[in-house]
Amino acid sequence: MAETLAHTPLHDAHVELGGKMVAFAGWHMPIQYPAGILAEHRSVREAAGIFDVSHMGEIDFRGPGAIACVQHLVTNDIGKLTDGRAAYTVTCNEHGGIVDDCIVYRLGAEHLRIVVNAANVAKDFAHFRRHGSDRGCSIEDVSSQWALLAVQGPQAVAIVAELAGAPLQDVPSFGLGQGRIAGVDITAARTGYTGEDGFELFVPATQAVPVWRALIDRGVAPIGLGARDTLRLEARLSLYGNDIDENTDPFGAGLGWVVKLDKGVPCVGHEALVTVKRNGSANRLIGFRVTDRAIVRDGAEVVDAHDAVIGRVTSGGVAPTVGGAVGMAWVPAAVAAAGEPLRLRQRGRISAAEQVKGPFYRRRAS
Amino acid sequence: MSNDVPANLRYTKDHEWARRDGDVIVIGITAHAVEQLGDITLVTLPDVGAKVKAGERFGDVDSVKAVSELFAPVSGEVVSKNPELDGAPERVNEDPYGAGWMITIKPDDAAQFDALLDAAAYGKLL
Repeated sequence: MAETLAHTPLHDAHVELGGKMVAFAGWHMPIQYPAGILAEHRSVREAAGIFDVSHMGEIDFRGPGAIACVQHLVTNDIGKLTDGRAAYTVTCNEHGGIVDDCIVYRLGAEHLRIVVNAANVAKDFAHFRRHGSDRGCSIEDVSSQWALLAVQGPQAVAIVAELAGAPLQDVPSFGLGQGRIAGVDITAARTGYTGEDGFELFVPATQAVPVWRALIDRGVAPIGLGARDTLRLEARLSLYGNDIDENTDPFGAGLGWVVKLDKGVPCVGHEALVTVKRNGSANRLIGFRVTDRAIVRDGAEVVDAHDAVIGRVTSGGVAPTVGGAVGMAWVPAAVAAAGEPLRLRQRGRISAAEQVKGPFYRRRAS
Repeated sequence: MSNDVPANLRYTKDHEWARRDGDVIVIGITAHAVEQLGDITLVTLPDVGAKVKAGERFGDVDSVKAVSELFAPVSGEVVSKNPELDGAPERVNEDPYGAGWMITIKPDDAAQFDALLDAAAYGKLL
């Protein structure tokens, strides 16, 4: 079964570094490098790591109606953003189900960019066109023009600022700054998906290699998709397609904080979201720590005292920094309560777990 | 590394190795299996005294990436399990043919061992 996989501009650089390449959302991406997932995870928690996330999509909105158009498409209130600021949000369908989770960047008064998940680029672009056309702006998928490099870890900000020759350490969380690395103009966004401080660097696709090399040569460790998953799970960040999808609503998913129903511009799904907010979600996405000696993964069932299935595990695995095994599961709202026990069934075996509030890992305030 | 197939061991097509040690069979997983799994984080083994059956699952290996099942090369009774793997599953990564051994089995039928793949036959599968 030959499948044509897309290559990011850094594909050959990954192979050169010994990356173990796998198929991911239609792309040929490194799941790990020779150091291995645990060592890569540690590099990001203790020093700095670099991820090629160029497979993610960038969709640009340009024109006098750009802000109003994006306000209609996303649940968060992006009307408050100033130039060079960004916001995390979700986009919903008419039923209030999550179409994607994404970050909106205000690049100018008439230029916004939404960065979306790799697996959802075509779906999101169609959704944006369907609900955003004729609103006074162009909507363009510019994904192929941009490479995106995430540099994350306690040393990431200092290293990027030094290489860029710009005071990027002053860029606030969810802010943007400009610099030059290896002679290439980059835009640095203080965002990430690891629970660490750091930047995501927008680099023109044709110039990604020298920027990547400059960071690798500076000692930043290359990190594959495997550690990207353990890092985001430990920080309890949802993975679209696993933890959230079109059958889940943002309130149940713990993302009610990005749903601003009073922002003045009703977003797609507004009516449905009002109803869910009023009535409460039937199900909740909760975090758990496994208290037995077991690792419980996505696909495991949540069962009640009589072994009847009441929910499902959507993410799970080892938590290398905090130790043990953790995960996320959808359970009935009545069952969701921090500190309460859960019974998880995987391959016929029951494991005990405890519900946990908030992230499993929190970085120290620096 | 991944093609490290010691000549003195026998193998299954599922990437377990077996070594005769007196009247027991020592069992582990091959360097190739370890290479495929990546960092191993949990090894779940049967209790001493448990019966295992050739070709059937006797335990699991969790790596950071996924869980994989372990299949018994021969039928018999579990005589011992590697006590170190509880606290240090990474031994399997570091030394799959030595310190990373998993269990020993007292075989029901010694001929089952002789029927396992030799190094040359296993090497051809890789």
